[in-house]
Parts: sequence; structure tokens; C-alpha cells
Amino acid sequence: MLINVPETVVADGLRGMAAAHPELVVDPENRLVVRRDAPVPGKVGLVSGGGSGHEPLHAGFVGPGMLSAACPGEIFTSPVPDQMVRAAAAVDSGAGVLFVVKNYTGDVLNFDMAAELAEDEGVQVARVLIDDDVAVADSTFTAGRRGTGATLFVEKIAGALAEEGAPLEQVESVARRVNDSSRSFGVALSSVTTPAKGTPTFDLPSGELELGIGIHGEPGRERRPMMTSGEIADFAVHAVLEDLRPSGPVLVLVNGMGATPLLELYGFNAEVQRVLSERGVSVARTLVGNYVTSLDMAGCSVTLCQVDEEMLRLWDAPVQTPALRWGR
Amino acid sequence: MLDTAFFRRWMTATAAAVDREADRLTELDAAIGDADHGSNMRRGFGAVADVLEKEEPAAPGAVLTLAGRQLISTVGGASGPLYGTLLRHTGKRLGDEREVTLPQLAEALAAGVAAVAQLGGAQAGDKTMLDALLPAVEVLGSSFGEAKDAALAGALATVPLRARKGRASYLGERSIGHQDPGAASAALLVGALAEAGEPSGGGAA
Repeated sequence: MLINVPETVVADGLRGMAAAHPELVVDPENRLVVRRDAPVPGKVGLVSGGGSGHEPLHAGFVGPGMLSAACPGEIFTSPVPDQMVRAAAAVDSGAGVLFVVKNYTGDVLNFDMAAELAEDEGVQVARVLIDDDVAVADSTFTAGRRGTGATLFVEKIAGALAEEGAPLEQVESVARRVNDSSRSFGVALSSVTTPAKGTPTFDLPSGELELGIGIHGEPGRERRPMMTSGEIADFAVHAVLEDLRPSGPVLVLVNGMGATPLLELYGFNAEVQRVLSERGVSVARTLVGNYVTSLDMAGCSVTLCQVDEEMLRLWDAPVQTPALRWGR
Repeated sequence: MLDTAFFRRWMTATAAAVDREADRLTELDAAIGDADHGSNMRRGFGAVADVLEKEEPAAPGAVLTLAGRQLISTVGGASGPLYGTLLRHTGKRLGDEREVTLPQLAEALAAGVAAVAQLGGAQAGDKTMLDALLPAVEVLGSSFGEAKDAALAGALATVPLRARKGRASYLGERSIGHQDPGAASAALLVGALAEAGEPSGGGAA
């Protein structure tokens, strides 16, 4: 591992991020990344956060057209309420703040506590939960579906609407619409090694893969002998479509888990597009790369989001962040 | 009677136990979670021990509310809010009394456990920290030793359960056969009462 000691991995990364991105205010001590021009007058603030180890999510998505601030927690551990309270205060122009929260027990509890505290300080807070992972059955027997790739779609599209000066209710509503229109499925070709543990979280022999994994090294639901890229695409896209059943065009995110080469991700994308075409699903836009990662895990996920005209327009709107930038 | 010094000893004994057992907690978490419960709890209770040394809360309840706030501010994940809520609510229920009885502590801890159940939306048998805490508070009025045994037994009894809350619930059937890391750490917290209560343990504060 390219680290000093496990205890300082997150702070070290933030110090490096500060050096690379003078357009952001990076506070390694308080674990905060904020747009330098925040608060932008009249604009709704978008605050997200979560455990570290998923980079570029979330800090890499801070900037004009996307997040106002990000709160990185310890590795795979949600941030503490103090961080979100500070972030909300830093980005609130008086127009309110939207918390974008991935559906994990810890994130939900800490963001809820933060929302209460921020409201005590006079900040209007709304919250949207991201729960797009179809590998988890959404029932009373689980903590509900995990938030994964749809987070990027929500942060981009809601961020673009906030940038246009829309009020909090509208930003919250489009964020919810994007989440409700998105589904994901992930596959691991290797386990993940956290700096704290130093050895793989689960034992996955080469020659086997794990279907339905989360982004924290949670083992998946099923293990199978290695499949080809095309077979994996068939399995993953079918799992997503079975749940989403889109009636219009979709955004496609073919996401790498961190240790899978971009060449392989593009090859996988070709297979994903083949399956979508076979199933008669039209593709509006495609993004391929490592965006919602799981440290050094090899593997990929597919996220589809059915878009209407407004969502597509907001997707295409300019964005200037470390990890996502286009337009203008 | 249990005085402020006892409650400080309870927290430092918990910090020591969590530090000692951190690797085991992380191993348990690796099997059905995300391999960080030991390091998170160690960071949190280490911070609790630090803050108790810096500030000197004057009553048992104040020791626990300060410890709870510190956990919420340093742990993150689900454990931070859940353990923080447990100690804060227990501390609030103890009020400003300078000394409390064992039945008073048992009653206050039961209120703390109820607050945890409400916050996390879990109940007995969901394979969570509650499975160690609920049987422990039932017998805590009798003795620390019985509470410790009940918590340990409760934690072990999570092995055959299927998780319905938290990250382990994603695994469905595959969560069966593993001890819940939150129940294991809760048993350490309860076990530390016995350490703090032993007359020879007085130097720990």
C-alpha cells in the first residue's frame, strides 16, 4: 500500500488534494472540502459525504455544477455530525442545504443528527437518500438498498439545478426523481484491503467472482466461477433492468471499483451497450471510469438512470470539479 | 454506592478492553461487515479517555453524557451515534446525583438501551448490539458479574442469527454463523463494569 501509516491515510489524501486543487478549500483537520466561492448568493447548497475509500466520490465532485461541500469520513465509515454541521454553515446562503445521503445505517444516523443540529443553527436542511443497489432486497429484513453509482447522477443533476438558482424544494425533488429512476449492480473480481486491517476483507480465490457486492468490501450474494466480460454484462444489466424496466432513454454509468484497468472497463461497456440494445433500451449518454470505487477492489458496476428531458439537460450542463468536468 | 470515580473507571476500563480486543472486533466485522469496527471503537473510546482526563465532570451522569457526546463526534459509522446515544441517555437519566445505586444504574442503562433500539429501529434477535445489551440490563440490578455473563452469552447467541439490521443484513443467509461485532463490543462495555467495580481496579481512573 502506498501509505505512511493507516491512521493518517484520510488526512494525507486531503493534504494532497489541497495541493492539487487550489480552487477548493480543503480542511484536513476538520475533514471538509468546500467550493472556494461558497456560499454562492441565492444558491441552494449541496452537501454530501460518506466513508473514504470511494474516491473520487465525494470530494472529487465538489465544484461549480455539482457539490458545494463534501465530508469525508474514516475509511468506509460515515463522517461524524460535526462535519456536516460545519459544511452546512459554510455553504448556506440562506437558500437552504440539501444533504445527499447514501443509504447506510451509519450515514443515515450521522446525517440525521447533523440535520437536527444545523436546523438549530437556522439552516434549512432537506435530505435525499440514495438507494439504488438492486443486489440488496429492499425489505424489513435488511437495512434497505445501498447507495452506490446513482449518487453520481444525483449529485450531478441536482447540482446543475442548484447552480441555476432553483429553490430547495425543486433541487430536492429532482434529486429524489433521479434516485427513483436509477438502479445499480456491482461485481467483484477481487476483495478489498483496508489500511486498518492490512489483509483482504474477504477471501476470493482467483478464478472466481462475487456477484452483487457493495462498495465497502461487503461480500456479495453469490459466488461463481469466473465469467467473461460479456457474461457479466448480461447478468448485471438483466438484474438492473428487471427492477428498473425503463420506458425511455437511460444514462449509463460503467464504473470501475478501483483496480480494474480502463481498457477492460471500456470493453465491458461495449458488452453493456450490446445487452441494452438487445433489450431495446435506448442510451442517451454513457460515462465510463472509476467514480464510485472501493479502494483496491477489482471489478465494476453498472448504473442505469431513466431520464426525462429536464434531467438530460441538467446532465449536459457545465460542471467543473476535480473528477468530472465538461461544458463552458 | 457508585460515585463519579467509578464511572470514570468504567469508561477507562472500556477503552482498555476495546484497545485490547480491537483486532478481534475488526476480524468479526470483516466476516459480515466492512472490517473497521475495532479501529473505530478504539478511536472513539480513546478519545473518551482523553476528554475525561481533560475535563473533570462532577457527577456520574455528566461522565456518561460527556463520553456519549465524544463518541458521536469521533467514531462515525453507525457505532458512533448508537453508542453515543446509549451513554448520553443513560447519563441523562442518572441526572445530577453525586452517587447512584446499582438499581439506579440498571434502570438508567435500560433507558439508554431503549433509546438505542429506537434510534436504530432494531429489536432483540436482529443480530445487533441489543442482543448483548438487553439480557445484560435485565440482570444488572443483581450484580456486575451476572450482567457480564449475560452480555457475553447474548453476544455468542448472535452467531446462528440472520442479520436484519446494519451492514450484515445485506448478506442475508450468509450472515448466519458469525458473531455480531456490535454485540461483541457491547459485551466489552458491560464487562468493564465488573472491572471498574472491583476494589483493586480503583487505580484505573
